[in-house]
This record gives sequence, structure tokens and C-alpha cells, in this order.
Amino acid sequence: MAKLVEIMRARRGDWTDWASYAYLIFGTLLMFGPVLWLAASSLKSQAGLGEFPPTLLPWEQTRATIQGQRAPLPLFRISKGEHAGEVLAETRRIGLQATMIDPARPETQIRVPIADRDKIMQLRPAWENYGDLITRFSFGAYFWNTVFITAVATVLTLLVNSMAAFALSKYRFRGREPVFMIMIATLMIPPTIVLVPNYLIASMLGLTNSLWGVIWPAVATPTGVFMLRQYMLTLPDDLLEAARMDNASEWRIYWKIVLPLSAPALAVLAIFSVMWRWNEFLWPMVVLNRSENFTLQLALNSFQGELTTQWNYLLAMTVVTLLPVTVIFLLLQKYITQGIASAGVK
Amino acid sequence: MATLNLQGLVKRYGNFGVIHGVSFDIADGEFVVFVGPSGCGKSTLLRMICGLETVTEGQILIDGQVMNDVPSAQRGLALVFQSYALYPHMTVYQNMAFGLENLGTPKAEIAARVGEAARMLRLDDYMQRKPTALSGGQRQRVAIGRAIVREPRVFLFDEPLSNLDAELRVGMRAEIAQLHRRLKTTMIYVTHDQVEAMTMADKIVVLRAGTVEQVGAPLDLYNHPANQFVAGFIGSPRMNFLTGRISASGADGVAVDVPGVGTIRTHAGAGATIGQEATIGIRPEHIRPGPADGNNVSGEVVNVEQLGGLSYIRLGSPDITIQLSGQTGLGVGDRAEINLPAEAIHVFDADGLAMARAG
Repeated sequence: MAKLVEIMRARRGDWTDWASYAYLIFGTLLMFGPVLWLAASSLKSQAGLGEFPPTLLPWEQTRATIQGQRAPLPLFRISKGEHAGEVLAETRRIGLQATMIDPARPETQIRVPIADRDKIMQLRPAWENYGDLITRFSFGAYFWNTVFITAVATVLTLLVNSMAAFALSKYRFRGREPVFMIMIATLMIPPTIVLVPNYLIASMLGLTNSLWGVIWPAVATPTGVFMLRQYMLTLPDDLLEAARMDNASEWRIYWKIVLPLSAPALAVLAIFSVMWRWNEFLWPMVVLNRSENFTLQLALNSFQGELTTQWNYLLAMTVVTLLPVTVIFLLLQKYITQGIASAGVK
Repeated sequence: MATLNLQGLVKRYGNFGVIHGVSFDIADGEFVVFVGPSGCGKSTLLRMICGLETVTEGQILIDGQVMNDVPSAQRGLALVFQSYALYPHMTVYQNMAFGLENLGTPKAEIAARVGEAARMLRLDDYMQRKPTALSGGQRQRVAIGRAIVREPRVFLFDEPLSNLDAELRVGMRAEIAQLHRRLKTTMIYVTHDQVEAMTMADKIVVLRAGTVEQVGAPLDLYNHPANQFVAGFIGSPRMNFLTGRISASGADGVAVDVPGVGTIRTHAGAGATIGQEATIGIRPEHIRPGPADGNNVSGEVVNVEQLGGLSYIRLGSPDITIQLSGQTGLGVGDRAEINLPAEAIHVFDADGLAMARAG
């Protein structure tokens, strides 16, 4: 921030600077506004979400428990008429008339036109949205399933893709180019096309309703192989030859020389893989049918019922689902830009 | 300690020949330099000896054993790469220890051998640094150290000094020569720089376009080049060549008529056919200023380079470069009289082969 101010001070007066900052701030709001709204709304209760007009912060109508009434009643301040200034609770509302009671004397019913009263609002974050996720729903299991799939699939993706990339970039063999081209060509096949064949294979292998059914098909990615291959092409062959002269086996060359030197590209692929696996929806939905195997994305989907949607839980869970990827992205964004630049992939 | 024999080595990529039948022997403890212009196949030859390139035809023998199909690591050789090829993610110590670790050498012995090499190469203070934190000369020494710890039978150097600046190059040249004297191991050194070849080698192998032009001690090549290519390649500035026809042939040598210059008498090529095309060659340092007995040439000075202790003068027509000791008063545009001493002149026939010189 200090740097920004310094830059602005040094180049004072150029309106294009201000215009670009205004544009960038606008863009930031456009991108982050919905996310912030989501985060703020996730702290609203079901009733708070239904408030009209909608609010940004978790405002909701104050309710009071009154003797003789089963549920807590919403409170209003009367603005006109004989009860002006009093705080009354609504028991019933018919048309434009509301039947209200004074919390102090609940036996007397008062009729008030609804135009003559204002809601009493209070700021109350509904932390229980998050608490209930853990206590009322098996959020822990969904979270663990997702973490397991993401972590295992990412490790396997890095391993398998880097081995393929090593072979395709550093060994000369007949058919190397065709193999590579075929691999790249699969990028052009939309995943929905191979959904059914993939499912048939997964079911034949008995992988349905198993987390491994989500992991294995995701392990080999043409994008990953391409990215790593392009990066490995830039590693000098001299290094491999030096290692060969140093008595290193091909596996040791891969493990001790090529992998460590490909770290920037591996970091990029790791981030991509984490994001892909974490956000993946269609394939897990097809493979995983039992709710104990659900990932977070599937659980989110199941909150949206046919008749009712528990928006407060849905929003809270969306926030929790977003958090890990966001944190990983924030921590590793330096490597993404570096890695993408050096991997020659735009 | 090893001898090396190359027998009719051929290397082809598809139909494209790179090495065309190279044969020579390297004795135990010899410092051999492969020299030639870029693209002559000297690096390919070295890589064939290492086992990094396959041999199309012929045999490589180390200590009398055929090595063609032996993997590079088991040939007992160590190669210092032109790019150094240090592992950038490893420290200096790890770089030097990597080869021994791969052989399963005990840790204590690795430490001892790396430590000894480090002391020898004055790298003790840098052992925990990464190669990127080292200067060019230090990296070079690490690359040599990595070769030393493996105690190879033969050291191979692939243009190791070409990435260093001129001053460092002279220093490293001396260090490698000193290393050879100390280790007394057979060394093969590839360079395109004939000065490196002349100063370091016990034996020079001059290569051109995949064939050996001449093999010999540095001064043999300088004094008795086998052909025009070697004569032009060895020596700096390069030898002057003038082409003409043999006009007279005597017992002590031929006289060559060079158009625009006159008749040049030589002490070489006795008995050659008169009328035959021939090229005479004379090194800039053998040309003397001023007219003397025979072989006087005059021309206009087109360029003067004063180095203080030495001066180079270039005549325009005929195109001759002269090296004078000390400084010169000649300027561009002056006429210079020079004398080509007959005993210093080499004569090459139409195929570029040297004719025998008297004495």
C-alpha cells in the first residue's frame, strides 16, 4: 500500500493513472462483491435471508418470547395512532391489519394497521449456520472425502504426468511425436462426451461408489503432461548426461535431477489439480451415489431440495468450500505466475 | 591411468556422416587436445568416447578393452561439460558427491574424497553454496572437482574454458595443466582455440569435417604442418598464403611464380613438376622488414595494429600480414618493403598437401 501511494505521488497528475485505478477498483468490486456478499449472507438466519428489502449485513427482526405464546414473536415499534412509540409483538396478521400484543400485558390484543408500524431490527450473525454444518450434517465426512480425493489425486497426477512428460521431452523413441499429438488431441474432446464410456469402465472395474473412482480417471491430464513437457524441454540435456556419467540410473535422474528442477511447473500443476479436484462436480456426481461418499460439491447440491432450499446452510457451506482453494491460491500465486511464465504456457 | 585407442571410428546420423573413420592412439598419462573449427566433429568424437553417442562403425578401446557397448558410467571416464552442467538445485558438496552416492560409496569415504578435491581446487569455503552463487571460474572448478572425486581413468574436457573471460581463461588453463602434472592421468581436451591447444597439449589432434588432418606434438604441427589446413589453423595470426605456379625446381627447393608478386624461391618441394599449381605459406612472425637477399615484396599498408610489444601490419595487395617485434612508424597508405626468408616458406600442392622441406 505504501508503495502504491509512493508510485501515485511520484506520478501525480496523470489522469490515465487515476482512470486505470478506478477501472481496476471497479473490476475488483465486480469480482469480489458477490463473494463478499456470499460471505456476509452466510451469517444470516433463514428468516434474515427472507427479509425485504435485502440487507448486506446479517440484520434480522428482533423476536421476543412471550408468556402464553409458543414461538418467539417478531417485535414492532408503532409509529402512529394511540399506541405510538410502544413496542408490540405480532401474533397474527390478516390483510392490512395485524393483531398485536404488548409483551408486558400479553392478555390484551391490539389491532394495528400494518402501515403504522416499523420492524425492530438487530444485528445478529447466525454462527450456528456453521456450527450446524458439523453437528447436524456429516460435514466432516464430506470435507474429509474431498480432501482425500484432492490430495491423493494431486500427488498421483504430479507423479504420473511428470513421468510421461520426462519420457516425451528427454527420450528419443519411435512414435514420440504421434503419442504426444494424440495426448494433446484429447484436449479437444469435451468431458461430457466421455462421461458414459468412463462410467462404464469405472463400473466394470468396480470403482463406482468409491473415492478411487473419482481419483483414477483424473490422474492423467493432457494439460499437465503438456505443461510439464514444455518445461522439461528447457532443462539442459547436459545435466542428464552429467548424471548419466555420474552413474545415476534413469530413475535417479528422474527423481533427483528432473523432478526437483521442474518444481515451478510442478507447483503450477499442483495448484491446478487442487482446484480441479476440489471443484469437480459432474464426475463425482455420476460415480458417487451414497451420501457417505459425497464430496463437498455434491453435499452442496443436496442442500438444494426440490421443494425447499436451506439457503443459510447452503451459503455457509459454500463459504467453507471456497476457503481452502482460496488459501492455497493466495499462498502459491507467486509460483503460478512464475511457473506459467517459465513453462511457456499462456 | 589408461591408454586409449580409436580404430576407424565412424558416426552417422541416418545418411549424414559426422565422423569419417578416425583412428589414433593416446598413451597413458598423455594430455591430448582435439582442435578444429566448430562443426568439425571434435565434440561428437569426445561424446563417442564417453558413451553419450553411439558408435556407428569402428572401435573404442580403453586399456585394450572394447568399450563400444559399455554404458558411459562404467567406462571409468569423467567429463567436464562446456556448460559445466552443475546440478543447480544441489550445493557444491552435493554436486561433487552425487556420483559417489550413486555408486553406494560409504558416506565417510565420500566426505574424504570430496574434501580432498575441494582442497586441491580451493573450494573449501564454497561447499554449502549453490552453483548460481558462484563465479564462472568457481563453477568451472566445481565441475572439475566433480570429475576428480570419481578418480577416473581418463579425464575428458569439452571446451571447458569457452564461457570464461579472457583473463580467467589464462588462469584456468594453467590450473588444468598443473592438475595434469599432479594427477598424471590421461586427459582429452576439446577446444576450438589453437592457443589452448598449443599451450597445454602433449599431443594435438587437428580435426576438420570429421577427419583427422594431423596428429602430433604442438611444435611439430607448427613447424611441419602436414597440409594447408593445419598450417592455417595452428598459429596466430594465421599463416599467409599466396597461390601461383611452380616455375623452377631445384635440388634445394622450388621457385613459385605468384601473379602480381613475382617469383618466390623456397627451400621446399624439391623435385616437383614445373608448371604445377602451388601455394606458398609463410607465418607473419617469420616475415622480415626491408629488402634483403631475394623474395622481396612491396605493398601498400592497409591496416596497422600496434600492441606495444608487437605490431601487426597488413598489406593490401598482395594480402599479407606481418608481425613485427616492437613498435612501427608505418601508417596506413605507406608503402612497405618486406622480405620472405626462403627457409621459412612452406609449399603446398594443389590438393593442399605440404611438400617436403629441406632441413
